[in-house]
Amino acid sequence: MEATYNYKVVRQFAIMTVVWGIVGMLVGVLIAAQLIWPDITLQLPWLSYGRLRPLHTNAVIFAFGGCGLFAASLYSVQRTCQTRLLSDGLASFVFWGWQLIILSAAVSFVLGITSGKEYAELEWPIDLMIAVVWIAYAILFFGTIIKRKTQHIYVSNWFFGAYIVTITLLHVVNNLELPWILGGSTSLFGIFKSYPVYAGVQDAMVQWWYGHNAVGFFLTTAFLGMMYYFVPKQAGRPIFSYRLSVVHFWSLNFIYMWAGPHHLLYSALPDWAQSLGMVFSLMLIAPSWGGMMNGIMTLSGAWHKLRTDPILKFLITSLSFYGMSTFEGPMMSVKTVNALSHFTEWTVGHVHSGALGWVAMVTIGSMYYLIPRLFGREEMYSTRLINVHFWWSTIGVVLYIASMWIAGVAQGLMWRATNADGTLTYSFAQSVNAMYPFWTIRLVGGTMFFLGMLIMAYNVWKTVAMGKAVNDAAIPQAVHA
Amino acid sequence: MIAGYAVPDFVSDFWHFYIAGITIVSIIAVMWFLKAQTTQKLAPGEKAELMEHAWDGDLQEFNNPLPRWWLYGFWGLIVFSIIYLVLYPGLGKFAGVWNWSSATQYSEEKSRVDAEFDKVLEPFKGKDIMAVAADPTAKEMGQRLYLTYCMQCHGSNAQGDGKNFPNLTDGQWLFGGDPDSIQASISGGRLGEMPANLLGDEQSAKEVANYVLSLGGKPHDAALAAAGQAKFAACAGCHGEDGKGMAAAGFPNLTDDAWLYGGSEAAIEESIIKGRKGGMPAFQDMLGDAKVHLLTAYVWGLGGGEKPAAAPAPAAAAEAAPQQ
Repeated sequence: MEATYNYKVVRQFAIMTVVWGIVGMLVGVLIAAQLIWPDITLQLPWLSYGRLRPLHTNAVIFAFGGCGLFAASLYSVQRTCQTRLLSDGLASFVFWGWQLIILSAAVSFVLGITSGKEYAELEWPIDLMIAVVWIAYAILFFGTIIKRKTQHIYVSNWFFGAYIVTITLLHVVNNLELPWILGGSTSLFGIFKSYPVYAGVQDAMVQWWYGHNAVGFFLTTAFLGMMYYFVPKQAGRPIFSYRLSVVHFWSLNFIYMWAGPHHLLYSALPDWAQSLGMVFSLMLIAPSWGGMMNGIMTLSGAWHKLRTDPILKFLITSLSFYGMSTFEGPMMSVKTVNALSHFTEWTVGHVHSGALGWVAMVTIGSMYYLIPRLFGREEMYSTRLINVHFWWSTIGVVLYIASMWIAGVAQGLMWRATNADGTLTYSFAQSVNAMYPFWTIRLVGGTMFFLGMLIMAYNVWKTVAMGKAVNDAAIPQAVHA
Repeated sequence: MIAGYAVPDFVSDFWHFYIAGITIVSIIAVMWFLKAQTTQKLAPGEKAELMEHAWDGDLQEFNNPLPRWWLYGFWGLIVFSIIYLVLYPGLGKFAGVWNWSSATQYSEEKSRVDAEFDKVLEPFKGKDIMAVAADPTAKEMGQRLYLTYCMQCHGSNAQGDGKNFPNLTDGQWLFGGDPDSIQASISGGRLGEMPANLLGDEQSAKEVANYVLSLGGKPHDAALAAAGQAKFAACAGCHGEDGKGMAAAGFPNLTDDAWLYGGSEAAIEESIIKGRKGGMPAFQDMLGDAKVHLLTAYVWGLGGGEKPAAAPAPAAAAEAAPQQ
């Protein structure tokens, strides 16, 4: 009978989470600086804003967030199923495959190779690699669930499972594309170029059905899976409500799938699709808040721990940001609000209250729980440094999103202001000029968040140096009900 | 294409029932699910049940009932959504009770603000261009309109770009600088074209270029100019025997010092060899009478405006002005 868990793949992904977090956020800081000083990268085409921006988004979402999710899901699925991963070979394949995808992505973006679809900019050869690695991951994850020793499937695994299934669907459908070489391209870069099979407004609809569900399932459902394992573990308390987790799991997954059209309000998309996108986005508040509440209320009876435990601070603060941005998002999908907010910095602020406040903070908290255990230690090298990291991150996020709110509303109002004769009060350049103070505050906030990651890297380094890598951990033989 | 759909891919009523059906069934399913999962509130002092399963040592779950404020909030959102889908389009081709569409919202909002703007713009419409040009309010609006629609080519100071787009302030006009001509230029647009290579060879172009320079009294090579004089016949059809052009048709005067494409020997040679083609778009449909009128007055007042052709000579016009 197998006696150990596979910690090796978890450790690999956990370390790379920190590495890619630093890389992705550094690129973010760089492009934030480019908005203020456009020539900061010496006009080198490889480092131009248009190439670095998708590099930043893909690096933080799929490299940092992705590695964090692989680490968390592959760790918790073993421990909650009380069984080793289905296959060590498959686990290695998923790890090295994913790193190869990240490197290919970085190189291709810098060379200017892009399909031009937001959050799906990677070209067709990399899309195929993703599909293969993702299916391997699905087999690894669901295979492990199938061979579980426990009778019931723990709630975090429902969320990870939903995420794996839906991302497969979303990735494949949105990236159905025809490589240009099939059309007879003979240029070198033509090898990588492809065109979507959809045209016009259908392409836009498929893209944002994907785009919003990348947020819904990659950045929400999956991180809720992370939350459902690490919050009760770190708090040492039972989940607040099993019933609430059932209700919000099904309603979240079901309602999210409809929300994409809110990215295309007042566009060529038919009105009926816009309306459906709006009302389902509004309904989404409830299932989202169900998850937030189930996490936060898990702490009831142990609130005092928040005072002393910075890991718990990370986790609970992340849930608060989750609640905030899942209220803000539905509000922004109301047509009247969207008419002001669309295309402004407000959207950027909203994305980052989710991406930094929720996704990054829940990941950071979970990694602080996980990393010492992967190196045979009780806790991180320095709890004090975790606390410093927490405050740097929190202040950084607040500066970031507050400045972008003000900037976005100011921008929206300037764009729509008219004189008595109907001419625009402000030229576009004037609205750009008005952004500089806010962009500067945002750069400060983003830099603080990035510096927090460097503090984390130091803390991880010292923890690793003091510990010893655990490749296999003993499985308790007593099987729970 | 079914009425009510903006996308021509929906070719049968099937899609109407598909969309509306799935949406309605979905909302009902969410309601049923919520109802089915609603349990008794805990009595005061009652502890939530602890589920019997445990995972990974200490992972357990209470089974608290759904929090009431959350539950009622969810119902509220569902009710809002149902009302919204009754009032607005959403269920397939059902247009909604209010018959709202983004296109009608746009046209209604546009006619509402246009009516507001017209209150400010219309009073000037019937007035004489020269009088409007002297009005400070009209001038302010004219400048804003100019900075919105004209500056992209003619520059924010209206002095053109020195290469392709004419200076509007210097009193040199290709198509006439009186109010009617300026108005016609703005509302109908203009096209100016000179054919390429009418003279056949570069030597001839050089000779004619020198002759053209001599017409305006500029420094030139007399021998080349003399040779060019005979060949200028090819040009005279448009620019006239005397080279003074014909403003009404937009044929430029070659004897003044105004050059749209440059007045050096090399630039003139290039014009002769390669020809020139320039155009200004028509703005009448986009801007309408009132705005075109204000813009005409603004451009006329930039410094280069000419009196109407029918008006008396400048000396007499100065006396006549107060009566206008």
